[in-house]
Amino acid sequence: MQSASNALPTANPLLRWFGNTLFRKNNLLLFLLLTPPLLWFGVVYLGSLFALLWQSFYTFDSFSMAVSHDLTLENYRSLFDATNLDIILRTLSMAIAVTLACAVIAFPIAYYMTRYGSHAEKGFFYIAVMLPMWASYIVKTYAWTVILSQQGILYWLFNHLGLGSTLNHVLQLPIIGGNTLATSNLGRFIVFTYIWLPFMILPIQAALERVPTNLLQASADLGARPAQTFRNILFPLVFPGVVAGSIFTFSLTLGDYIIPQLIGPSGLYIGTMVYTMQGSVGNMPLAAAFTVVPIVLIFIYLSLARRAGAFDAF
Amino acid sequence: MVVAVEFSAVSRHYGSVMAVDDVTISVAEGEFFSMLGPSGSGKTTCLRLIAGFEQPSYGSIKIFGKEAAGTPPYEREVNTVFQDYALFPHMNVMNNVAYGLHVKGIAKPESYKRAEQALEQVALGEYGQRKPGELSGGQRQRVALARALVNEPRVLLLDEPLGALDLKLREQMQMELKTLHNKLGITFIYVTHDQGEALSMSDRVAVFNRGRIEQVDHPRNLYSQPKTSFVADFVGTSNIISGYLAQQITGNNQPFSIRPEHINIYTNQTKVLKVNGEVADILYHGATSKIEVAVAGQLLSMVLSNTEFTEEQQPQIGQKITLCWSQSRMVMLEN
Repeated sequence: MQSASNALPTANPLLRWFGNTLFRKNNLLLFLLLTPPLLWFGVVYLGSLFALLWQSFYTFDSFSMAVSHDLTLENYRSLFDATNLDIILRTLSMAIAVTLACAVIAFPIAYYMTRYGSHAEKGFFYIAVMLPMWASYIVKTYAWTVILSQQGILYWLFNHLGLGSTLNHVLQLPIIGGNTLATSNLGRFIVFTYIWLPFMILPIQAALERVPTNLLQASADLGARPAQTFRNILFPLVFPGVVAGSIFTFSLTLGDYIIPQLIGPSGLYIGTMVYTMQGSVGNMPLAAAFTVVPIVLIFIYLSLARRAGAFDAF
Repeated sequence: MVVAVEFSAVSRHYGSVMAVDDVTISVAEGEFFSMLGPSGSGKTTCLRLIAGFEQPSYGSIKIFGKEAAGTPPYEREVNTVFQDYALFPHMNVMNNVAYGLHVKGIAKPESYKRAEQALEQVALGEYGQRKPGELSGGQRQRVALARALVNEPRVLLLDEPLGALDLKLREQMQMELKTLHNKLGITFIYVTHDQGEALSMSDRVAVFNRGRIEQVDHPRNLYSQPKTSFVADFVGTSNIISGYLAQQITGNNQPFSIRPEHINIYTNQTKVLKVNGEVADILYHGATSKIEVAVAGQLLSMVLSNTEFTEEQQPQIGQKITLCWSQSRMVMLEN
């Protein structure tokens, strides 16, 4: 006779039937688990994206300031108008510059964290990298307007180091310069790089963590000098991490509309253009067309990265 | 005799841990030299000191008479076969093998030609275009070997290269490595924790224990003339008799070793040493049986041939028997 403690729990027969069915039919369980997130993804995310895409073909009457549902390619054509193309190129070049700077700064930090940092140091670096992300992005940007202003700490520092005139010379350079740091492209570039840097460090660090040390030793053993080991072994293996990080820095810069408003010279960015078009002007179709630009650029970027072998390391 | 690798009083400390403690060895050119020991005994650290992945805390390491301590791995004429192969996952087999030649600036046609020859040498001529991930463990092992050998090193370092392979493959690779060594005539320094591997392949074996060398000798001497109880116990199996029982048998308390196959059941032999004991256990091994005999509180192992002793003739558990061995088979150990 079976003792009570050994007996199977007597569940509600209906519940038990349900549980057993799920156990037998694995696909049903998978279906039940995936349906809610897929619905969310399909309807809310992709749905709104398609609605946006659709609206980019609507017609905007600049005289009556009204949107009609007649479909047109005019919005896309106008992206290539000199002023609009200017906005796109301005944003794109900033995104590229910020991405490159982030990669160059992030790599040594991530490398140190992975290869040399003790357990405690690693923890310190993680917090140091993540901590700025806990503070509001707007607050940080406003803080930078103070740092970069003429009464700010950077000017103070440069003046005390006797480099005040050097800074002024730099600010007189075309393109990157401006009246003050806070109104120059250089200042804007610094703030962008600062804000998105964690998004580059963490993926690179994760990628470095996955490279076994003995591959680097094997390379040295076979006669490769450190620079050769970096170029032939370490960088190709970490490249997917750099690409992952650069997707963040690149796309976040392309879409940002706060920093260009608060720091740097006048002149619209894709983000601020969308903001203006759908807000004060009410030209939703052109705003939508502008939104498609970063999507296309990221797409091109990813296919270039793929061709460069970013995704076939492992 | 040309000395390939020479350690003079080499130590490697990690904080207060002595990974390698005052090791002096000298490996001749063309020798198959094994470093044997349990894990953590310092043998792998010694290999890494030769490769240049570690630097000694004290002492000097000479490779072909040139001081190597302080020089980086890429300036040494040695190549390593890693325990887990360390093949570059993003390169195909051909580029893996040609890597050492590429970084030394040898032109592609020449380096690929030599890489192909190296791959043929390890019977993988067809596999150049595959990625390491598409190969079996044994094949990766051969690629790692080809990648090291293509550089024509004067010393080849092998760090437990067969550890991850199954028994059959391991035995086959042992044969191949030995053949390769005879053919190339270069120095092999082979790290292993498998005493069978070390004994069957090597010209000489260094037995490591806790960062120190216990004994360096030819495999035969290591087995027949162990110097310390550690060596006697680690190389093959042995009965190590010390203390009271040693006093009883030899009249002094110096420890000694006696191999199980040298212990017999006493019948009427002369010139033997005798002890009385009781059979504690019998383990059947096919051709032989291992008999455990309790003697004065210590278990002694002996081996009986099953063709010589039929089942009826063999002692039973609990039976009192007298063991004996000839004095010449005993090996006195250092205290």
